[in-house]
Amino acid sequence: METLELTQEEQFQARIDADIRIEPKDWMPDAYRKTLIRQISQHAHSELVGMLPEGNWITRAPSLKRKSILLAKVQDEAGHGLYLYSAAETLGASRDQMLADLHSGKAKYSSIFNYPTLSWADMGCVGWLVDGAAILNQVPLCRTSYGPYARAMVRVCKEESFHQRQGFEIMQTLCEGAPTQKAMAQEALNRWWWPTLMMFGPADADSPNTAQSMNWRIKRFTNDELRQKFVDMMVPQAEFLGLTVPDEKVQWNDTKNGYDFGDVDWEEFWNVVKGNGLCNQERLGARVKAHEEGAWVREAAMAHAEKRKARG
Amino acid sequence: MNQSEWPLWEVFIRSKQGLDHKHVGSLHAADAEMAIQNARDVYTRRLEGVSIWVVESGHVHASNPDDAAAFYEPANDKIYRHPTFYQVPDSIKHM
Repeated sequence: METLELTQEEQFQARIDADIRIEPKDWMPDAYRKTLIRQISQHAHSELVGMLPEGNWITRAPSLKRKSILLAKVQDEAGHGLYLYSAAETLGASRDQMLADLHSGKAKYSSIFNYPTLSWADMGCVGWLVDGAAILNQVPLCRTSYGPYARAMVRVCKEESFHQRQGFEIMQTLCEGAPTQKAMAQEALNRWWWPTLMMFGPADADSPNTAQSMNWRIKRFTNDELRQKFVDMMVPQAEFLGLTVPDEKVQWNDTKNGYDFGDVDWEEFWNVVKGNGLCNQERLGARVKAHEEGAWVREAAMAHAEKRKARG
Repeated sequence: MNQSEWPLWEVFIRSKQGLDHKHVGSLHAADAEMAIQNARDVYTRRLEGVSIWVVESGHVHASNPDDAAAFYEPANDKIYRHPTFYQVPDSIKHM
Protein backbone atom coordinates (compact mmCIF):
# COMPACT_ATOMS: atom_id res chain seq x y z
CA MET A 1 0.00 0.00 0.00
CA GLU A 2 2.69 2.43 1.01
CA THR A 3 4.49 2.30 -2.33
CA LEU A 4 1.36 3.64 -4.04
CA GLU A 5 1.82 6.92 -2.24
CA LEU A 6 5.40 7.37 -3.41
CA THR A 7 6.18 9.47 -6.46
CA GLN A 8 8.03 7.89 -9.35
CA GLU A 9 11.20 9.60 -8.22
CA GLU A 10 10.81 8.37 -4.64
CA GLN A 11 10.27 4.82 -5.86
CA PHE A 12 13.39 5.16 -7.98
CA GLN A 13 15.43 6.38 -5.02
CA ALA A 14 14.02 3.59 -2.84
CA ARG A 15 15.27 1.01 -5.36
CA ILE A 16 18.70 2.63 -5.38
CA ASP A 17 18.79 2.71 -1.58
CA ALA A 18 17.93 -1.01 -1.55
CA ASP A 19 20.85 -1.60 -3.96
CA ILE A 20 18.55 -2.76 -6.73
CA ARG A 21 20.18 -2.04 -10.09
CA ILE A 22 18.53 0.24 -12.63
CA GLU A 23 18.25 -1.24 -16.13
CA PRO A 24 17.94 0.57 -19.48
CA LYS A 25 14.16 0.47 -19.90
CA ASP A 26 13.38 1.33 -16.27
CA TRP A 27 12.03 4.76 -15.43
CA MET A 28 14.74 7.15 -14.27
CA PRO A 29 14.93 10.89 -13.58
CA ASP A 30 16.25 12.93 -16.52
CA ALA A 31 19.09 14.28 -14.43
CA TYR A 32 20.22 10.73 -13.55
CA ARG A 33 20.23 9.82 -17.24
CA LYS A 34 22.11 12.98 -18.23
CA THR A 35 24.69 12.67 -15.46
CA LEU A 36 25.33 9.05 -16.36
CA ILE A 37 25.68 9.76 -20.08
CA ARG A 38 28.18 12.48 -19.26
CA GLN A 39 30.12 10.33 -16.79
CA ILE A 40 30.18 7.16 -18.92
CA SER A 41 31.03 8.93 -22.18
CA GLN A 42 33.81 10.92 -20.49
CA HIS A 43 35.14 7.66 -19.21
CA ALA A 44 34.93 6.12 -22.70
CA HIS A 45 36.66 9.14 -24.23
CA SER A 46 39.45 8.78 -21.65
CA GLU A 47 40.04 5.18 -22.72
CA LEU A 48 40.17 6.24 -26.35
CA VAL A 49 42.51 9.19 -25.83
CA GLY A 50 44.45 7.11 -23.28
CA MET A 51 45.74 4.96 -26.12
CA LEU A 52 47.65 7.87 -27.63
CA PRO A 53 50.41 8.51 -25.05
CA GLU A 54 51.22 4.78 -25.08
CA GLY A 55 50.88 4.36 -28.83
CA ASN A 56 53.79 6.78 -28.88
CA TRP A 57 56.03 4.03 -27.43
CA ILE A 58 54.89 0.90 -29.27
CA THR A 59 57.52 1.25 -31.98
CA ARG A 60 60.22 2.10 -29.45
CA ALA A 61 59.54 -0.48 -26.74
CA PRO A 62 62.88 -1.88 -25.55
CA SER A 63 62.13 -5.52 -26.38
CA LEU A 64 59.71 -7.67 -28.32
CA LYS A 65 58.16 -8.81 -25.03
CA ARG A 66 57.52 -5.23 -23.93
CA LYS A 67 56.16 -4.35 -27.36
CA SER A 68 53.69 -7.26 -27.29
CA ILE A 69 52.57 -6.32 -23.78
CA LEU A 70 52.11 -2.67 -24.72
CA LEU A 71 50.13 -3.60 -27.84
CA ALA A 72 47.85 -5.84 -25.77
CA LYS A 73 47.35 -3.06 -23.23
CA VAL A 74 46.48 -0.49 -25.87
CA GLN A 75 44.08 -2.98 -27.46
CA ASP A 76 42.42 -3.45 -24.05
CA GLU A 77 41.95 0.30 -23.82
CA ALA A 78 40.17 0.37 -27.17
CA GLY A 79 38.00 -2.45 -25.82
CA HIS A 80 37.27 -0.55 -22.59
CA GLY A 81 36.20 2.45 -24.63
CA LEU A 82 33.82 0.24 -26.59
CA TYR A 83 32.28 -1.40 -23.49
CA LEU A 84 31.62 2.04 -22.10
CA TYR A 85 30.24 3.61 -25.27
CA SER A 86 27.78 0.76 -25.58
CA ALA A 87 26.75 1.23 -21.92
CA ALA A 88 26.10 4.92 -22.66
CA GLU A 89 24.10 3.97 -25.76
CA THR A 90 21.67 1.98 -23.60
CA LEU A 91 20.72 5.38 -22.12
CA GLY A 92 19.82 6.77 -25.54
CA ALA A 93 23.10 8.49 -26.40
CA SER A 94 24.27 8.01 -29.98
CA ARG A 95 27.81 6.84 -30.73
CA ASP A 96 28.26 9.41 -33.47
CA GLN A 97 27.11 12.23 -31.23
CA MET A 98 29.43 11.18 -28.41
CA LEU A 99 32.40 11.08 -30.77
CA ALA A 100 31.38 14.41 -32.32
CA ASP A 101 31.33 15.94 -28.81
CA LEU A 102 34.78 14.56 -28.08
CA HIS A 103 36.19 15.85 -31.34
CA SER A 104 34.67 19.32 -31.01
CA GLY A 105 36.09 19.66 -27.49
CA LYS A 106 32.60 19.87 -25.96
CA ALA A 107 33.08 16.62 -24.05
CA LYS A 108 35.98 16.16 -21.67
CA TYR A 109 38.34 13.26 -21.07
CA SER A 110 40.77 12.63 -18.23
CA SER A 111 43.35 15.43 -18.13
CA ILE A 112 46.11 12.98 -17.28
CA PHE A 113 46.44 12.13 -20.97
CA ASN A 114 47.36 15.71 -21.78
CA TYR A 115 50.79 15.15 -20.27
CA PRO A 116 53.62 13.94 -22.53
CA THR A 117 55.29 10.53 -22.31
CA LEU A 118 58.94 11.47 -22.63
CA SER A 119 60.86 8.33 -21.70
CA TRP A 120 60.30 4.57 -21.47
CA ALA A 121 59.94 5.00 -17.70
CA ASP A 122 56.77 6.94 -18.47
CA MET A 123 55.22 3.67 -19.67
CA GLY A 124 56.05 2.33 -16.22
CA CYS A 125 54.45 5.32 -14.49
CA VAL A 126 51.36 5.28 -16.70
CA GLY A 127 50.71 1.64 -15.79
CA TRP A 128 51.74 1.77 -12.15
CA LEU A 129 50.38 5.19 -11.15
CA VAL A 130 47.79 6.21 -13.73
CA ASP A 131 46.18 2.79 -14.05
CA GLY A 132 46.56 2.35 -10.29
CA ALA A 133 44.53 5.53 -9.77
CA ALA A 134 42.04 4.44 -12.42
CA ILE A 135 41.52 1.11 -10.63
CA LEU A 136 40.74 2.90 -7.36
CA ASN A 137 38.13 4.95 -9.21
CA GLN A 138 36.77 1.99 -11.10
CA VAL A 139 36.51 -0.83 -8.57
CA PRO A 140 33.69 0.89 -6.62
CA LEU A 141 31.92 1.51 -9.96
CA CYS A 142 31.48 -2.26 -10.37
CA ARG A 143 28.68 -1.74 -7.81
CA THR A 144 27.30 1.40 -9.39
CA SER A 145 23.51 1.66 -9.58
CA TYR A 146 23.16 1.53 -13.38
CA GLY A 147 23.34 -2.11 -14.51
CA PRO A 148 25.04 -1.81 -17.92
CA TYR A 149 27.66 0.57 -16.49
CA ALA A 150 28.39 -1.74 -13.56
CA ARG A 151 28.72 -4.75 -15.86
CA ALA A 152 31.07 -2.86 -18.18
CA MET A 153 33.18 -1.88 -15.17
CA VAL A 154 33.48 -5.49 -13.98
CA ARG A 155 34.99 -6.34 -17.35
CA VAL A 156 37.26 -3.28 -17.30
CA CYS A 157 38.52 -3.97 -13.79
CA LYS A 158 39.37 -7.58 -14.58
CA GLU A 159 41.62 -6.41 -17.38
CA GLU A 160 43.03 -3.33 -15.69
CA SER A 161 45.05 -5.13 -13.05
CA PHE A 162 47.37 -6.56 -15.72
CA HIS A 163 47.93 -2.97 -16.83
CA GLN A 164 49.02 -1.87 -13.41
CA ARG A 165 51.26 -4.87 -12.81
CA GLN A 166 53.08 -4.53 -16.11
CA GLY A 167 53.71 -0.86 -15.25
CA PHE A 168 55.09 -1.76 -11.85
CA GLU A 169 57.29 -4.40 -13.46
CA ILE A 170 58.73 -1.80 -15.85
CA MET A 171 59.50 0.45 -12.87
CA GLN A 172 61.03 -2.40 -10.89
CA THR A 173 63.23 -3.47 -13.81
CA LEU A 174 64.49 0.08 -14.23
CA CYS A 175 65.08 0.51 -10.50
CA GLU A 176 67.11 -2.69 -10.35
CA GLY A 177 69.12 -1.66 -13.41
CA ALA A 178 71.92 0.84 -13.98
CA PRO A 179 71.96 4.10 -11.97
CA THR A 180 70.93 6.00 -15.11
CA GLN A 181 67.91 3.72 -15.49
CA LYS A 182 66.91 4.24 -11.89
CA ALA A 183 67.33 7.99 -12.36
CA MET A 184 65.03 7.76 -15.36
CA ALA A 185 62.41 6.02 -13.20
CA GLN A 186 62.70 8.72 -10.51
CA GLU A 187 62.47 11.48 -13.08
CA ALA A 188 59.28 9.96 -14.52
CA LEU A 189 57.78 9.58 -11.04
CA ASN A 190 58.55 13.24 -10.36
CA ARG A 191 56.59 14.28 -13.41
CA TRP A 192 53.61 11.89 -13.01
CA TRP A 193 52.98 11.99 -9.26
CA TRP A 194 51.03 15.25 -9.01
CA PRO A 195 49.04 14.90 -12.24
CA THR A 196 48.00 11.43 -11.01
CA LEU A 197 46.74 12.88 -7.72
CA MET A 198 44.66 15.29 -9.81
CA MET A 199 42.95 12.37 -11.55
CA PHE A 200 40.59 12.00 -8.58
CA GLY A 201 39.12 15.39 -9.37
CA PRO A 202 38.73 18.61 -7.38
CA ALA A 203 38.77 18.65 -3.57
CA ASP A 204 35.44 17.63 -2.01
CA ALA A 205 34.71 21.24 -1.03
CA ASP A 206 34.88 22.20 -4.73
CA SER A 207 32.93 19.25 -6.05
CA PRO A 208 29.28 20.31 -5.82
CA ASN A 209 27.88 17.29 -7.71
CA THR A 210 29.44 14.69 -5.44
CA ALA A 211 26.52 14.57 -2.97
CA GLN A 212 23.91 13.90 -5.66
CA SER A 213 26.10 11.32 -7.39
CA MET A 214 26.71 9.50 -4.11
CA ASN A 215 22.98 9.56 -3.44
CA TRP A 216 22.36 7.93 -6.81
CA ARG A 217 25.23 5.52 -6.16
CA ILE A 218 26.95 6.36 -9.39
CA LYS A 219 29.85 7.46 -7.26
CA ARG A 220 30.64 5.54 -4.09
CA PHE A 221 33.56 7.45 -2.54
CA THR A 222 34.43 11.14 -2.57
CA ASN A 223 37.40 12.50 -4.53
CA ASP A 224 39.40 13.21 -1.39
CA GLU A 225 38.70 9.77 0.08
CA LEU A 226 40.05 8.10 -3.04
CA ARG A 227 43.06 10.44 -3.22
CA GLN A 228 43.95 9.55 0.36
CA LYS A 229 43.62 5.83 -0.37
CA PHE A 230 45.86 6.22 -3.38
CA VAL A 231 48.62 7.99 -1.45
CA ASP A 232 48.41 5.35 1.29
CA MET A 233 48.81 2.60 -1.30
CA MET A 234 51.52 4.18 -3.39
CA VAL A 235 54.00 5.65 -0.90
CA PRO A 236 55.06 2.20 0.37
CA GLN A 237 55.28 0.90 -3.20
CA ALA A 238 57.57 3.80 -4.16
CA GLU A 239 59.68 3.03 -1.07
CA PHE A 240 59.93 -0.60 -2.16
CA LEU A 241 61.28 0.58 -5.52
CA GLY A 242 63.76 2.85 -3.75
CA LEU A 243 62.09 5.93 -5.22
CA THR A 244 60.88 9.08 -3.49
CA VAL A 245 57.53 10.69 -4.22
CA PRO A 246 58.11 14.38 -5.03
CA ASP A 247 56.29 15.79 -2.01
CA GLU A 248 58.21 16.87 1.10
CA LYS A 249 55.04 16.87 3.14
CA VAL A 250 54.45 13.14 2.77
CA GLN A 251 54.60 11.72 6.27
CA TRP A 252 52.86 8.90 8.10
CA ASN A 253 50.16 10.13 10.48
CA ASP A 254 49.31 7.66 13.24
CA THR A 255 46.13 9.42 14.31
CA LYS A 256 44.46 9.25 10.93
CA ASN A 257 46.17 5.97 10.07
CA GLY A 258 47.26 7.33 6.71
CA TYR A 259 49.81 9.62 5.11
CA ASP A 260 49.70 13.39 5.28
CA PHE A 261 50.58 14.97 1.96
CA GLY A 262 50.94 18.38 0.33
CA ASP A 263 48.38 20.46 -1.55
CA VAL A 264 47.61 19.74 -5.18
CA ASP A 265 48.22 22.66 -7.55
CA TRP A 266 44.60 23.21 -8.57
CA GLU A 267 45.52 26.09 -10.83
CA GLU A 268 47.46 23.65 -13.00
CA PHE A 269 44.56 21.20 -12.88
CA TRP A 270 41.99 23.71 -14.12
CA ASN A 271 44.38 25.04 -16.72
CA VAL A 272 44.77 21.57 -18.26
CA VAL A 273 41.00 20.95 -18.04
CA LYS A 274 40.45 24.19 -19.95
CA GLY A 275 42.62 22.91 -22.78
CA ASN A 276 45.98 24.51 -22.02
CA GLY A 277 47.93 21.40 -21.03
CA LEU A 278 51.10 20.38 -22.79
CA CYS A 279 49.41 17.93 -25.16
CA ASN A 280 45.70 18.88 -25.36
CA GLN A 281 45.94 19.98 -28.97
CA GLU A 282 48.17 17.12 -30.04
CA ARG A 283 45.88 14.48 -28.48
CA LEU A 284 42.65 15.85 -29.88
CA GLY A 285 44.35 16.49 -33.21
CA ALA A 286 45.50 12.85 -33.43
CA ARG A 287 42.01 11.65 -32.48
CA VAL A 288 40.25 13.79 -35.10
CA LYS A 289 42.80 12.84 -37.77
CA ALA A 290 42.29 9.11 -37.11
CA HIS A 291 38.52 9.56 -37.24
CA GLU A 292 38.56 11.54 -40.47
CA GLU A 293 41.05 9.29 -42.18
CA GLY A 294 38.91 6.29 -41.24
CA ALA A 295 35.73 7.80 -42.71
CA TRP A 296 36.13 6.15 -46.11
CA VAL A 297 36.58 2.75 -44.48
CA ARG A 298 33.35 3.15 -42.51
CA GLU A 299 31.48 4.29 -45.59
CA ALA A 300 32.91 1.55 -47.81
CA ALA A 301 32.04 -1.18 -45.27
CA MET A 302 28.48 0.10 -45.06
CA ALA A 303 28.13 0.34 -48.85
CA HIS A 304 29.47 -3.20 -49.18
CA ALA A 305 27.05 -4.52 -46.57
CA GLU A 306 24.09 -2.81 -48.24
CA LYS A 307 25.06 -4.13 -51.64
CA ARG A 308 25.31 -7.67 -50.31
CA LYS A 309 21.97 -7.35 -48.55
CA ALA A 310 20.33 -6.12 -51.76
CA ARG A 311 21.72 -9.10 -53.64
CA GLY A 312 20.13 -11.34 -51.00
CA MET B 1 25.34 13.68 -37.89
CA ASN B 2 26.77 10.84 -39.91
CA GLN B 3 23.91 9.11 -41.73
CA SER B 4 25.89 5.94 -42.12
CA GLU B 5 26.47 5.00 -38.46
CA TRP B 6 26.94 1.23 -38.49
CA PRO B 7 24.00 -0.70 -37.05
CA LEU B 8 24.10 -1.82 -33.40
CA TRP B 9 24.40 -5.54 -32.63
CA GLU B 10 23.82 -7.39 -29.36
CA VAL B 11 26.51 -9.95 -28.59
CA PHE B 12 25.95 -13.31 -26.88
CA ILE B 13 28.81 -15.58 -25.90
CA ARG B 14 29.01 -19.23 -24.89
CA SER B 15 31.88 -19.27 -22.42
CA LYS B 16 32.41 -23.03 -22.70
CA GLN B 17 30.81 -26.09 -24.22
CA GLY B 18 27.72 -27.10 -22.30
CA LEU B 19 26.76 -23.60 -21.16
CA ASP B 20 24.18 -21.17 -22.56
CA HIS B 21 25.06 -18.19 -24.68
CA LYS B 22 24.90 -15.15 -22.44
CA HIS B 23 24.44 -11.49 -23.33
CA VAL B 24 27.73 -9.63 -22.88
CA GLY B 25 27.16 -6.24 -24.50
CA SER B 26 26.81 -4.61 -27.86
CA LEU B 27 28.86 -3.15 -30.68
CA HIS B 28 28.54 -1.48 -34.08
CA ALA B 29 29.29 -3.30 -37.32
CA ALA B 30 28.34 -2.99 -40.97
CA ASP B 31 27.14 -6.60 -41.25
CA ALA B 32 26.88 -9.86 -39.30
CA GLU B 33 30.27 -11.13 -40.37
CA MET B 34 32.00 -7.99 -39.16
CA ALA B 35 29.91 -8.03 -35.99
CA ILE B 36 31.21 -11.53 -35.18
CA GLN B 37 34.80 -10.55 -35.90
CA ASN B 38 34.50 -7.40 -33.82
CA ALA B 39 32.82 -9.36 -31.02
CA ARG B 40 35.80 -11.71 -30.99
CA ASP B 41 38.19 -8.76 -30.61
CA VAL B 42 36.10 -6.83 -28.11
CA TYR B 43 34.67 -9.59 -25.92
CA THR B 44 36.98 -12.63 -26.14
CA ARG B 45 40.53 -11.31 -25.86
CA ARG B 46 41.15 -13.63 -22.92
CA LEU B 47 39.48 -16.83 -24.09
CA GLU B 48 36.08 -15.82 -22.71
CA GLY B 49 34.21 -17.70 -25.40
CA VAL B 50 33.95 -20.70 -27.70
CA SER B 51 30.91 -19.50 -29.65
CA ILE B 52 29.44 -16.10 -30.53
CA TRP B 53 25.93 -15.05 -31.53
CA VAL B 54 25.17 -11.57 -32.80
CA VAL B 55 21.68 -10.15 -33.28
CA GLU B 56 20.88 -6.73 -34.68
CA SER B 57 19.58 -4.76 -31.71
CA GLY B 58 16.46 -3.70 -33.60
CA HIS B 59 15.38 -7.34 -33.73
CA VAL B 60 15.32 -7.75 -29.96
CA HIS B 61 11.85 -7.30 -28.46
CA ALA B 62 11.63 -6.87 -24.71
CA SER B 63 8.95 -6.95 -22.04
CA ASN B 64 8.06 -3.63 -20.50
CA PRO B 65 9.44 -3.12 -16.97
CA ASP B 66 6.51 -0.82 -16.13
CA ASP B 67 4.16 -3.78 -16.56
CA ALA B 68 6.32 -6.14 -14.51
CA ALA B 69 3.96 -6.33 -11.51
CA ALA B 70 0.91 -7.37 -13.54
CA PHE B 71 2.89 -9.33 -16.12
CA TYR B 72 4.48 -11.73 -13.62
CA GLU B 73 1.52 -11.72 -11.24
CA PRO B 74 0.12 -15.10 -12.44
CA ALA B 75 3.19 -16.87 -10.99
CA ASN B 76 2.95 -15.02 -7.70
CA ASP B 77 0.39 -17.07 -5.77
CA LYS B 78 1.02 -20.57 -7.10
CA ILE B 79 3.22 -21.88 -4.38
CA TYR B 80 1.95 -25.39 -5.14
CA ARG B 81 4.27 -25.33 -8.15
CA HIS B 82 7.19 -25.73 -5.79
CA PRO B 83 8.10 -29.10 -4.24
CA THR B 84 8.40 -27.53 -0.80
CA PHE B 85 4.60 -26.99 -0.82
CA TYR B 86 4.05 -30.71 -0.20
CA GLN B 87 4.52 -32.52 3.06
CA VAL B 88 6.27 -35.83 2.77
CA PRO B 89 6.16 -38.23 5.73
CA ASP B 90 9.56 -38.71 7.37
CA SER B 91 9.50 -42.44 6.68
CA ILE B 92 9.27 -41.91 2.92
CA LYS B 93 12.72 -41.92 1.34
CA HIS B 94 13.98 -40.98 -2.10
CA MET B 95 11.38 -38.33 -2.89
